[in-house]
Amino acid sequence: MGLIDRTSTIIQAKINKILGKFEDPRETLDYSYEKQVELLQNVKRGVAEVTTSKKRLELQKIKLEENIKKLDEQAREAIKAGREDLAKIALERKSASQAEIGSLTLQIADIKNQQDKLVATEKRLSAKIESFRSTKETIKAQYSAAEAQVKVTESVSGISEEMSDVGMAVQRARDKTENMKARASALDELVESGTLEDMTGGSQDDIDRELSKIKSKGDVDRQLEEMKKEMGK
Amino acid sequence: MIVRLMGEGQYELDKKHVDEVNKIDNNLVKIVNTGNEKDFKSEFKKLSDYVRKNGKKISDDVIKPSGIIIPPSDLTLEEAKKIFEGDGLFPD
Repeated sequence: MGLIDRTSTIIQAKINKILGKFEDPRETLDYSYEKQVELLQNVKRGVAEVTTSKKRLELQKIKLEENIKKLDEQAREAIKAGREDLAKIALERKSASQAEIGSLTLQIADIKNQQDKLVATEKRLSAKIESFRSTKETIKAQYSAAEAQVKVTESVSGISEEMSDVGMAVQRARDKTENMKARASALDELVESGTLEDMTGGSQDDIDRELSKIKSKGDVDRQLEEMKKEMGK
Repeated sequence: MIVRLMGEGQYELDKKHVDEVNKIDNNLVKIVNTGNEKDFKSEFKKLSDYVRKNGKKISDDVIKPSGIIIPPSDLTLEEAKKIFEGDGLFPD
């Protein structure tokens, strides 16, 4: 069985569950409508969560940018005072913050993508719900329970499929946002304390870490020399 | 035939295009078994691209069941495996 058949089978099973829930098809219509309204609320909450997460990341980026300016000034101060060791620490932190800003920028783009998708989902579901509501009222007003059956099966199948689709979209957006929240929390602490040494990320292996250390060290030494030259020290 | 691209909407696709869709789907099954994420991404992308290119978008206020349901275009290999293993990926 292919990926498509497998997906259709799973969703069809969910649709059948809803269709088989009530004796009177008109009850199925009301139940399905309630579920749609609930789901739309869920999507709206999802949009709000993603938006909050995005704002948080943007704020962290701004803070890190401020940190970089400050660390740069501190390094200059330190050189002036003849404290090369302190200048080095400041520049190391600056370099780590710069790396962090790079990764934050990617995350912000990713979450923006999630946000756009969810907003489009909300719009699509709203249109479907509106359309379903009028179909539901027509069926309830014009047909006996027996006659309604055929019409109910089509519209409830169609809308249930949509709901599975939307349900999955919200779930995936939430999972992504959760991951980012956890990372943002970790970063908060580091932004406050200024210790950014561990922020090279969890997915890097030892060689990557070692390489980025060497790169960062070269970078720091170079900046230190430049600053000293600039300041005539 | 109506085709749903999950996360995007539904398309009306002429029956003559269904063979190609099935062909890509069969390739995907093989790739999922080999576990190559990069191959999976590029093959899976072909599927939604093909439907978008050859199908006609159905308006958002139309409510109809689909003959073919295709998972979201940014599906990962890990998620594809979950679809084969159970229904955990699709919340009630």
